[in-house]
Amino acid sequence: MASEIKYETHEYDVIVIGAGGAGLRAAIEASAQGARTALVCKSLLGKAHTVMAEGGIAAALGNVYPEDNWKVHFRDTMRGGKMLNNWRMAQVHAQEAPARVLELEEWGALFDRTKEGLILQRDFGGHRYARLAHVGDRTGLEMIRTLQQHAVHKGIDVYMECNVQRLLKDGERISGAFGYWRESGKFILFKCKAVVLATGGGGKAWKITSNSWEYTGDGIAMALDAGADLIDMEMVQFHPTGMVWPPSVRGILVTEGVRGDGGTLKNSEGKRFMFNYIPEFFKAETAETEQEADAWYEDKKNRRTPDLLPRDEVARAINAEVKAGRGTSHGGVFLDIASRRPADYIKRRLPSMYHQFKELADVDITKEPMEVGPTCHYFMGGVRVNADTAAATVPGLFAAGEVAAGLHGANRLGGNSLSDLVVFGRRAGLYAAEYAKALKASPTVDAGRIEAIAQELLAPFSGKGGENPYTIHAELQDCMQGLVGIIRTEKELKQALDKLAAFKQRLMKVSVDGNRQYNPGWHLALDLYSMLEVSEVATLAAIERKESRGGHTRDDYPKTDPKLGKVNVVVRKRQRELQISQEPLPEMPDDLRKLVEEQK
Amino acid sequence: MATQEVTMRVWRGDAQGGAFREYRVPAGEGMVVLDVIHAIQAAHANDLAVRWNCKAGKCGSCSAEINGKPRLMCMTRMNLFKPGETITVAPIKTFPLIRDLVTDVSFNFEKAKSIPAFKPGPKEADGTRRMFQEDIDRVQEFHKCIECFLCQNVCHVIRDHEDNKKYFAGPRLFVRLAALEMHPLDTNDRKQLTKEKAGLGFCNITKCCTEVCPENIHITDNAIIPLKERLVDEYYDPLVWLLRKLGGKAPEGR
Repeated sequence: MASEIKYETHEYDVIVIGAGGAGLRAAIEASAQGARTALVCKSLLGKAHTVMAEGGIAAALGNVYPEDNWKVHFRDTMRGGKMLNNWRMAQVHAQEAPARVLELEEWGALFDRTKEGLILQRDFGGHRYARLAHVGDRTGLEMIRTLQQHAVHKGIDVYMECNVQRLLKDGERISGAFGYWRESGKFILFKCKAVVLATGGGGKAWKITSNSWEYTGDGIAMALDAGADLIDMEMVQFHPTGMVWPPSVRGILVTEGVRGDGGTLKNSEGKRFMFNYIPEFFKAETAETEQEADAWYEDKKNRRTPDLLPRDEVARAINAEVKAGRGTSHGGVFLDIASRRPADYIKRRLPSMYHQFKELADVDITKEPMEVGPTCHYFMGGVRVNADTAAATVPGLFAAGEVAAGLHGANRLGGNSLSDLVVFGRRAGLYAAEYAKALKASPTVDAGRIEAIAQELLAPFSGKGGENPYTIHAELQDCMQGLVGIIRTEKELKQALDKLAAFKQRLMKVSVDGNRQYNPGWHLALDLYSMLEVSEVATLAAIERKESRGGHTRDDYPKTDPKLGKVNVVVRKRQRELQISQEPLPEMPDDLRKLVEEQK
Repeated sequence: MATQEVTMRVWRGDAQGGAFREYRVPAGEGMVVLDVIHAIQAAHANDLAVRWNCKAGKCGSCSAEINGKPRLMCMTRMNLFKPGETITVAPIKTFPLIRDLVTDVSFNFEKAKSIPAFKPGPKEADGTRRMFQEDIDRVQEFHKCIECFLCQNVCHVIRDHEDNKKYFAGPRLFVRLAALEMHPLDTNDRKQLTKEKAGLGFCNITKCCTEVCPENIHITDNAIIPLKERLVDEYYDPLVWLLRKLGGKAPEGR
């Protein structure tokens, strides 16, 4: 069977894996720096997860509140992340986001406008001022289309429906990537000096999720296998508002913009319950009564409504209400904008929410409340990167967007993801191109290694074990949902580890029907490798962090532990074994620390 | 609606040929056609090829012809059909079949490359870009396009005439051209391209594209007709024609 493996070979300075906002922006930048650049993506161009982003892109433009500036944005981001953020990433992000938003406008994006003709900004959770540039509730679509159209005119080679499976190294350095074309199933080798990972997260390992099939953690698993450090993998964001009914739509995202534009959460008794869940950390800046909360929408001198506390707080509150028996009949809570805003306002501000509920749930959100509940949404953790260059700990490897970690700490604020994509996408492209330029000779790839990878990838076709990849996936989703969900305990996390070990054994026995041509069963079998790896790392890290902080809530350790607030949980692979450790966060300079500690 | 069994006829095959195959699967409350396709994959046909991403009508990946109607599978509720009705799912017809429900839509990406990029004019004196909501409303309508290519699929200019694909960009690209033409900041001129390479003249405004648009973009009324009017003004305005004659620049016809 040896040496029968055929593959096509392409050579570049930089390949960018993933074509959402971060990948597109990285490719645009690398190409602008003169690097021969390829953009490789699993779906068609323009279909990546960014397209689903709804509410907006956070940037302290100060168009609506001139008091806003990068320092306030920095503070909000750090506090929202429960101080686990990499301070330098949070600083760079807050400083550069406005320029990146204006750049999108230069490239043709049309954000909603203020009366003065400038970019309008909307309220979102955890942001002190109305800060999110947006286009109704389809901001991600505007962003991805703008970047996509800009990129196609820059001479970047795009490999669509091409799935990269493994990274290749020459000694310690990155030297290429190997994968397959989805359409034909044929193998493809990229020889390159640098790789930018922009592959997003891995939420598809959970059952109730806002994530698409693409979110299988490939980039995180590839980086781990290549020897890179991962951090904060225990930090998984459950967005407080996903659809809950009917069952087939459970998990589909309902934008935070609903609350930003005046919607409130209510329990089955009709009470606005968020007032009962204001944590000490946010008490000074949060409204205590309904009148005070409603006044905040008109004038930001008032304290913010608790409906717009950071996502981790709201998700936990909803979870608690449902557990206490005050949920809806379908196990969610009500999100009501119908009784609070006029119908034409709702349709103008939230057109795709209106459409989504009308079409999928027979609910008219201008007349009735929505039913919502938490949904697995975002990985704060991922590949550890240099705050300025987006370089991973393996030479030649860069990461930007959700696959990278650090910016968001223990919890991401809404709107900070789209800005993350363009700020760090640009930096990753820039520094990957610089790295490639400085590298004189092209690194070489090991033909024997490629042969071995190819055999591994083809194994499901010769598998005789009869395991169905869809069945394993469904059981994995149940396992992660039930045992590594919003509220965690050591006992359940350990049960999850046992189950994950069993899934790994079963994956060896997976067999798929048909041939290599556009075969989703085969693709899923391969994706399960990374989903299982990412699930295991997330579970291990969750066991390691014996406290509750941000997206990570431990029923057996319900308080935050100041000591653990000073460390990242780091996971790396050495000699095929996962190693886990706690390593200190970078020390924040005093002037920035003062900003963060301000109470109001 | 409790869980009930549904019968689906799904096209299986590739460029060499194929046939409809029947599957019976349980369908639960609120399910859409894409859910049922996934159920078939999980239980009966792991290798059933289908494109999808968001499952919420936002990405435009899962276009198909359901009981002969071009639709997004993720936005087509099963309760749209009569109980017991067999539901037929076929790939979109206008583009070459790759496998099962997946077609080669590269035509659309190639055409997109030929459209000259957005080119803004100078900034305001204060360094800003000022645009007013009422001036961008109509362009924002075009920006709603999710590139599902259902409009391309139903356009009879290319659906039934493969040869026309060389000379005709299709409704999706007309929407794109209109978005650029009506963008308050853009300064590029694409009128010649619209007329000659994109083949706007082929469109005889039957509005099939508008009818199938899942984003309810008024493709014909708001994009295509205004584009046609602009071309008429440019190429057939007697004054412009005279000036062009005098300037020695006669428009090139195809």
